[in-house]
Amino acid sequence: MELQIIWFILWAVLWAVYFMLDGFDLGVGILQKFLGRNEAERGAMIKSIGPVWDGNEVWLLTAGGATFAAFPTTYALMFSYLYTALLLILFSLIVRGVSVELRGKEEGAAWRSRWETAFCISSFLPALLFGVAFGNIFKGLPMDAEGYHGNLFTLLNPYGLLTGVFFVLLFITHGALWISYKTAGSLSKRASNLANKIWYPLLVTAVLFLVHTWFATHLYANFLDVPVLFVVPVLAVLALLGIKIFSVKGASLKAFAASCITILMVTFTGVTGLFPNLIPSSIDPKYSLTIYNSSSSPYTLKIMTVVALVFVPAVIAYQAWNYWVFRKKIDPNDMTGKGEMY
Amino acid sequence: MDTLTLSRLQFAVTAGFHFIFVPLTLGLSVLVAIMESKYVSTGDEMYLRMTKFWGKLFLFNFALGIVTGITLEFQFGMNWAEYSKFVGDIFGAPLAIEATLAFFLESTFIGLWIFGWDKISKKLHAAAIWIVAIASSLSALWILLANGWMQKPVGYVLRNGRAEMVDFSALVTNSYGWYKFFHTVLAGYVVAAFFVMGISAYHLLRRNEVRFFKASFRMAAAFGLVTSVLVFITGDFHAIKIATTQPTKFAAMEAVWETQKAAPYNLLVVPDTANEKNVVEAIGIPRGLSLLAFHDGNAEVKGLKDFPKELRPPVMTTFLSFRFMAALGMLLMLLSLIAWLLSRKDTLESYPMFLKLMLIVLPLPYIANQIGWIVAEVGRQPWIVYGLLKTSDAVSKAITPMQVAGSLAGFTLLYGFLAVVDIYLLTKNAKKGPEVLSPIMAKKTTISGNQEA
Repeated sequence: MELQIIWFILWAVLWAVYFMLDGFDLGVGILQKFLGRNEAERGAMIKSIGPVWDGNEVWLLTAGGATFAAFPTTYALMFSYLYTALLLILFSLIVRGVSVELRGKEEGAAWRSRWETAFCISSFLPALLFGVAFGNIFKGLPMDAEGYHGNLFTLLNPYGLLTGVFFVLLFITHGALWISYKTAGSLSKRASNLANKIWYPLLVTAVLFLVHTWFATHLYANFLDVPVLFVVPVLAVLALLGIKIFSVKGASLKAFAASCITILMVTFTGVTGLFPNLIPSSIDPKYSLTIYNSSSSPYTLKIMTVVALVFVPAVIAYQAWNYWVFRKKIDPNDMTGKGEMY
Repeated sequence: MDTLTLSRLQFAVTAGFHFIFVPLTLGLSVLVAIMESKYVSTGDEMYLRMTKFWGKLFLFNFALGIVTGITLEFQFGMNWAEYSKFVGDIFGAPLAIEATLAFFLESTFIGLWIFGWDKISKKLHAAAIWIVAIASSLSALWILLANGWMQKPVGYVLRNGRAEMVDFSALVTNSYGWYKFFHTVLAGYVVAAFFVMGISAYHLLRRNEVRFFKASFRMAAAFGLVTSVLVFITGDFHAIKIATTQPTKFAAMEAVWETQKAAPYNLLVVPDTANEKNVVEAIGIPRGLSLLAFHDGNAEVKGLKDFPKELRPPVMTTFLSFRFMAALGMLLMLLSLIAWLLSRKDTLESYPMFLKLMLIVLPLPYIANQIGWIVAEVGRQPWIVYGLLKTSDAVSKAITPMQVAGSLAGFTLLYGFLAVVDIYLLTKNAKKGPEVLSPIMAKKTTISGNQEA
C-alpha cells in the first residue's frame, strides 16, 4: 500500500479515537453542571473521567502532530486558515484542563461552582467547534492559489453549524452513557434517562446531517464509486440504533460501546468521503489539499510508520489497562467532598 | 505592529509562560519519585507525607504545564505556516514522536498516580510516578531535538522547495540537541531543588514540622548540588557547540566585535552596539575566551564585524541574558554547596539568615531558565532555522495583524489569570504544610462502590 494511504488511514484513526475518547469527557463536562443535584454528584461525574481525560486529550495532540509530520502543508494551511476557530478551541481546552484540576483544590461551594461552570462552557465549545471545523472540511474551504477567502463567520454556515450541533449531541449522549455506566444510584439512572431522551434529537440531527451532506458536500462520490464503502455509514446508523436499544434495556456498557462505534463510524464516513483530499477547495478541486500534494517525503513517512506501528499499540495497551484499574463504579454517596489529591 | 512582530511576541509570551511550569515538572517529578521510593523501601510514614505534600504542589504545576504546551504545538501551524511547510518533513517527526512516545505515558500514568493510591500496589504506585518523571524528561528530549535541529540543521536536503529529511539518525544524534537536552533538563532539576529548599526553609524558620522539612531540605540540597554542577559542565560543552556552529550567537553572547586569536575573557564588559565596540573591557583573563569557546587557548574567536549587520542577532539582549544566566548559575551552585554542607549537620534551623536567603532566592533558577531560552532563541536571530530560513520568511500568510493582536491579548489575559490562580494556590498550600495522616484520613482516600455492573 502507498505510504500516503497508510497515513491517511492513521490520520483518520487518530481523529476518530480522539473523538471517541475525549467525546465522553466533553459530554461529561457539559452535563455535570445540569445533571448533578449536589456537589457530591458533580464531583462523582468529574471523578469518573479524572484518571483518563488527560490521556484521552493526548490523542488530539498526536493527531495534530501526525498531521504535521505526515502532511505538513495541510497542517500549516489548516491551522493558519482556521486561526480564530482553533484559537477558541485552544482557549477552551486550556480552561477545561485547569477547571478539572483546580475544582477540588479548594474548599467552598462558590469556588467549586465557578470551576464547574467554566468546565461546562469549556467542554461545550470544543465539541461545537470541532463539529463546525470538520463540517467545513467536509464541505471544502474557499481556497485557491491566492490563499484563503474565509473567516470565522464564513465557517458558521448552515452545514458547518449542523455538523457542530451533531457533534454536541453525539458527545452529550456519549457522556450521559458514560456517567450511566460509571456511576451508581439515582445519578446513573438519571443519566440513562437523559441519554434515552436526547437520542431522539440526535437521530433527527443525524438524518439531517446525512441528507444535507448530499447537497453541501461531495462526500458521497466515493461511496457511489465503490458501493461496498456504504458499509461504514450503515454501521454508523446501526450503532446509533443500538444506543437506543441497549439504553432502554438498561445495558449501559453495551449502550456506551454502541455510542463509541457510532462516533468512530461517523468520523470514518466523513473521512472516507474526503479521500484522497484532506481539505477540499470549494472554489476548484485543483486547489484541494490531497494526501499526495501535501504529504511528507517517502523517507519521513516510512520512519513515522515504524514509530506509529510500534508505539500506538503500546499506548492502546497501557491506556486500556488504566481503564481497567479504574473499572469500579463511583457512588456519589461515598464522595467525601474532600478527595485525597482532588 | 505587523503580523511578524505580533507573532514573535505571542510565541515569546506563550513559550515563556509554558516554561514557568516545565522546569519544575521535570525536577519535582524526580524528587517526588525518590520520596515515594523511600517510603516503599523504608515504610517510614514521613516519606509518604512528603510524597503527598510535594506531590500536591507538583500537580498544580503539572496541569498548567500540560495545557500551556498545547498552545505551542498549535502555534507552529497557526502563526508559522510558512515555517511548518518548509520544515514539516523533518521537524514534524520529533513532535509527533514526542506525543506518541512520551506524552501519552506522562498523561496516562499521572492519572493512575493521582487516583490510584488504593487501587494498585505500593510498588506499582511508586513506579507510576517514576514513569511520569522519566516520560517528562523523554518529552523534553524530543522537543529539544526538534529545537536542536532549528539551531543546527542536520540530516536534510533542500528538495521540492523545502527541507526534506534524509537521515533520521542524524536528527536523533544531533549533538546540539543533546547538549541542549542535558543543560535544559538539569536546569529544571535545579529549579525543583530550590523550590523544595525554599519552601522547606520557610517552615524551618517557623520550626514547623522540623523533621519533615529538614529531610526534604537535605534531599533537595544534594539534588541541587549535583544538578547545578552538571548544569555548569553541560553549559560549558554547550558553549563550544555554539561557538563552532553559531558563531554569531557566540560573538553576541560575549560581545566580541573583532575576530581575534588567543582572545582574553573580560569579566567586566559594557558593549556599545551603536558604535560596534565595547566601552569598557576590564579584568581580563588571558586566553580565557578562546579556552571557553574551543577549549584551546590559542583558538580564533570570530567577531561580530565578520558578519553583515543584518545577519547578527540583537547583541545587547543576547549579551546581557547570557551574562546574567551564567552569573546566576554560579550563584546557585555556590548556594547549593552551602545548603548541602549545612544540611549534613543536624542544626539547619540554627541558621535563620541562610534559611531566609534560601526562601528569597527561590525565583532565581526560574529567571535563569527563562533568560537561558532568550540566549538560545534571540541569539539565533535573524534565523528561525540557523543559516537556512529567516524568521521573517516563516510567518503565516493567511493571518492578519488584527487576528494576532486579538489572540495575543487573549493569551495575555488568560495566562495572567492562570498565573494569579497558580500563585495563590501554590502559596496557600505551601504555607499550610503537610497534612496529618490519621487512620481516618487514610480511609477517606478509599472510593468505595463495590457494585460491579
